[in-house]
Amino acid sequence: MIEVRGLSRFYGAHRAVNDVSFSIGANEVVGFLGLNGAGKSTTLKIIAGLIPPSVGTVIVDGVDVTTAPVSFRASIGFLPEEPPLYDEMTVIEFLRFLGRLRGLDSETLTARIPRVLEMCQLTEQCDRLISELSHGYKKRVGIAQAIIHQPKLVILDEPISGLDPQQIVDMRAVIKGLSTEATVLLSSHILSEISQTCDRVLVLKDGRKIADGSESELSTRSTQKLCLVLRQPAADKNQDSVRKFLEDCDFVETFQITPSTETGLVEVVVELSSDQREDLVSGLVHAGVGVRKIEDTMDELEEIFMAKIKEGVA
Amino acid sequence: MSTVLLLARRELASYLNTSWGYAVLFFVLVADGLWFNLLAVTDQPRLSAEVLEMFFFGCGGMAMIAGVLLTMRGLAEERSAGTMVLLQTAPISDAQIVTGKFLGSLGFLTLITALTFYMPALVELNGKVSWGQILSGYLGVILLGSVSLAVGLWGSAIGRNQLLSAILAGFLAGFLVISWYIARHTQPPLADVFGYMAVFDRHFMSFVRGRINTESVVYYISVIFFFLLWATRVLQSRRQS
Repeated sequence: MIEVRGLSRFYGAHRAVNDVSFSIGANEVVGFLGLNGAGKSTTLKIIAGLIPPSVGTVIVDGVDVTTAPVSFRASIGFLPEEPPLYDEMTVIEFLRFLGRLRGLDSETLTARIPRVLEMCQLTEQCDRLISELSHGYKKRVGIAQAIIHQPKLVILDEPISGLDPQQIVDMRAVIKGLSTEATVLLSSHILSEISQTCDRVLVLKDGRKIADGSESELSTRSTQKLCLVLRQPAADKNQDSVRKFLEDCDFVETFQITPSTETGLVEVVVELSSDQREDLVSGLVHAGVGVRKIEDTMDELEEIFMAKIKEGVA
Repeated sequence: MSTVLLLARRELASYLNTSWGYAVLFFVLVADGLWFNLLAVTDQPRLSAEVLEMFFFGCGGMAMIAGVLLTMRGLAEERSAGTMVLLQTAPISDAQIVTGKFLGSLGFLTLITALTFYMPALVELNGKVSWGQILSGYLGVILLGSVSLAVGLWGSAIGRNQLLSAILAGFLAGFLVISWYIARHTQPPLADVFGYMAVFDRHFMSFVRGRINTESVVYYISVIFFFLLWATRVLQSRRQS
């Protein structure tokens, strides 16, 4: 549904986006990751039709941004990091104005506005002046304006920045709700947020796409570092059974055993060549070792992200 | 066209809902009133036509100042508040954005100008006025104000902030006003060019005397079109940069 082909963008001699290509299917929620200056915001602005690409194109539902920029923008909803709002308007006046600006007639808008207010959990705020709203509500009004015209693609740039924990939870629900009627492309610095809300991740580095896939697809290509808390057999005081098992496992790359302060327990940090957590746990249990706890040493997406950034290639 | 009118309505509402719009309205009405009382209506007996001529002369000047003050916010404020992105990601062209802003501010300037009507009406009460002169005078004021609005929008498209926009637009509008003076101190063909460009002296004075000069109407419309087109090009080039 969304096709990005060979996208590049120059600022003078600097190439902010370098030959980026990907496609996104309908109703997918895709996360955009990258360090500062990786080209995320520039790419999002091009896809939103705000700035033209230097080379390449974006096609949404068959409409090309380079050949039909005005009609292209009708299929896009965009929320920049700071929500653009007319403070002197009420929420409902603002949505009505934006809806009309994006080509909806009065009748369609009358039917559409309550639905959008409900989706963005704004129904009780609809008659308040935007200037009186909290930051969290302003973000939601920003999302509401982005979806008022039922776009095919909704682009959210850092939608949870500056929100408190409760607002983040609410925003997560709003974003998930959006995917019922549109494709969502969002960028965030908070990797756990991408992990919780997105079906797929795109990673940019120095303007280039270096990874593209679901979290599980990407994680199978990387090593996995786990932290285990084990109960060693009573007779095995030197952790020999744990050590021998891990040495014999061909999918264990490295491991480090630390006796726990709690009697009879050891902590093991183990690096696996592939995602074989089940094999690891069942092997340990067969060796007579009790498994008390198993967890990723880092957030999985964080690990993938750091690995990809280090690799710098897809 | 409906999109342009929607933008124009929003622009007009922004003047009516903010203190800036009322500040400009108050300033213009007070200045026009003072001008009318102190300079148009004097102790010396005057013909009604002369009083109206003096009134429209001052009214035209104030319309030019108001034009710059009203539009200095237009695009510069949208940019600084970050709301330009709402307009530039909507399925509308940059020309529609500029035209909508222009028509909205023209609506407000027309409202301000209409509120001065009590002054020619007072002349009618105490003398005998030509309604043709009043109509042509107001047409001239609106055309002159429109030139200033277009120049102001251009300044607002170019300027990094509202103050810079006002300075740029004020400088250019001032140049168009004083070009009659430059024309006097230059040789042909430059003198002819500057003389023709004199937005006030060459083109406005016939309106205040009750004559609608087609050449001047065409001149004003051309200048308005030129600056609106330039403002549109500035918006388009900003997308590229």
